[in-house]
This record gives sequence, C-alpha cells and structure tokens, in this order.
Amino acid sequence: MRIPILKLHNYLLISIQIDLDDQTAIQFQEDLLNKIHQSGATGVVIDLTSVDIIDSFIAKVLGDVVTMSDLMGAKVVLTGIQPAVAVTLIDLGIHLNEVTTALDLEQGLIKLRQELEE
Amino acid sequence: MDFRTCVNIQKEWDIVGARQFGRDFSKKLGFGIVDQARIATAISELARNIYLYAGSGKICFDEVENVGSRGICIIAIDTGPGIKDISQVMEDGYSTSGGLGAGLPGVKRLMDEFDISSKTGEGTEIRVVKWVR
Ligand SMILES: Nc1ncnc2c1ncn2[C@@H]1O[C@H](COP(=O)(O)OP(=O)(O)OP(=O)(O)O)[C@@H](O)[C@H]1O
Ligand SMILES: [Mg+2]
Repeated sequence: MRIPILKLHNYLLISIQIDLDDQTAIQFQEDLLNKIHQSGATGVVIDLTSVDIIDSFIAKVLGDVVTMSDLMGAKVVLTGIQPAVAVTLIDLGIHLNEVTTALDLEQGLIKLRQELEE
Repeated sequence: MDFRTCVNIQKEWDIVGARQFGRDFSKKLGFGIVDQARIATAISELARNIYLYAGSGKICFDEVENVGSRGICIIAIDTGPGIKDISQVMEDGYSTSGGLGAGLPGVKRLMDEFDISSKTGEGTEIRVVKWVR
C-alpha cells in the first residue's frame, strides 16, 4: 500500500488513513524523502487524526522521517495525534521531544508558516 | 479460563492482524478507548518481537476474572532462540536490532501484569494481563 503525498505550494500534505504496517511505513518514509527532493518543499504536515495506534516501530519511523526531512531542509509538523495514542507513546517511553506537533491540519499549517518565516 | 483464541504470527502483516483482533476483543470486554489502544500497542510490540527475533509464533487471548473484575490475558509464545539475559532486555533502550528498545519495557508499563519466561534455544513465553477499570 502507498500513502498519497499531496503538494500545496511549498508544502507537502499527508493524511495517514490506514492502520500502518511496517512495510507501508518504510515505503512512506522513502516516498516522502523522494518527494521532498523532487519538489523542493520546505514544509511537511503529516496528519495522524485517523491513526489509532503508534507502536515503537512506527514511532521510530516517524521520528526518523522528521530528522531526515530536516536534514534535507524541510520542516515537519505532526498533527492530530489522538489522546489515546499520546498516552501509549508516554507508556512506551517515547517523548518525541524534538518533533513539532499541532492539534489539527489547519494549526499545523499555521505553525509551519510561522516557523518558516522566522 | 473458559476460552482461548490464538493468532499465528508468521508474516509481517500478522502483526497488524493480531493487534486489530486484540482491540476488538478488548472492546467486547468493556475496555475504554485508551486501554484498547494500550492493549493493541502491547500486542503489536509482542507480535513484532516474535516476527523479528523468533521468526514465527502465536499470540493467544483469554478472558480472565478475579474477584468481580474482568480482564484480558494475552500470551505471546514462540520457539525461537530465547532470551539469555531477561533483565537486560527489560531495560529501556536495549535493542539488538537497531530499534528504540522500547518494546518490552513499554509492554510492562502498558499492561497491569507482566510475566516473562525464556530459555535459550527453546523459546520465549510472555504473559500479560490488563483489568477493566
Ligand atoms: N521473542 C523474543 N525472542 C528472542 N529475543 C527477543 C524476543 N523479544 C525480544 N527479544 C530481544 O529483546 C530485545 C529488546 O526487545 P524490545 O522489544 O524491548 O526492543 P526492540 O525490539 O529491540 O526495539 P523496539 O521494540 O523498540 O522496536 C530485542 O532487541 C531482542 O534482542
Ligand atoms: Mg520490540
């Protein structure tokens, strides 16, 4: 399965709508980096509103995506993390401290614009 | 224990199948949204460990009862290489696969009860329980 990546001006928008298996997560990581490279996007919003589980593997992939995108010059914001998912991440000991988050897609775009204009 | 259902873990996709089964099962038992997510996450960790380190195995689900409270009991069983030093794998950050090493210590925090028994060369069995609050 492939997760669609939409381009909007200088931004890439992704909404994850499926229960992520490992293969799809890895494929997404690769696709996103390629897309950043091709498009020269400076900002990325990954919306997780529909994701009801993030385990240690998926958390690692997401964290790596943020770091790698950063290295390529694109700022990533994760949006819409469900309350239950936030709780389980803390239980797992995963704090995603270096990751910018926002309540929803709209807030995510606002945050990106602010950070990129600074 | 009046019933037991098992999900085989053989392919990567079985990790998703097992956690979805566990979420439905825990929903039926009356767990709230947050605990359903905890249980599904714990299953995902246990199933992935079986897939990664033992190759194959199974995850079994039971309904348990104890003086008026109801819970879910999950057993992850494999006949893989086993774990030599259990206290080491229970440390946050210990991983032999370049992972976060968050799986096993995480499962212990996600669930109410956690027991692990393992023998080198014979396999690993991990039993966890969560009670409905
Ligand atoms: N069923 C098993 N059989 C053999 N060894 C195991 C098994 N489960 C875990 N281990 C060993 O215990 C270590 C720690 O497991 P744990 O799940 O905590 O972290 P991880 O799988 O390495 O990374 P993460 O789960 O964060 O992606 C593993 O790296 C592996 O060496
Ligand atoms: Mg693991």
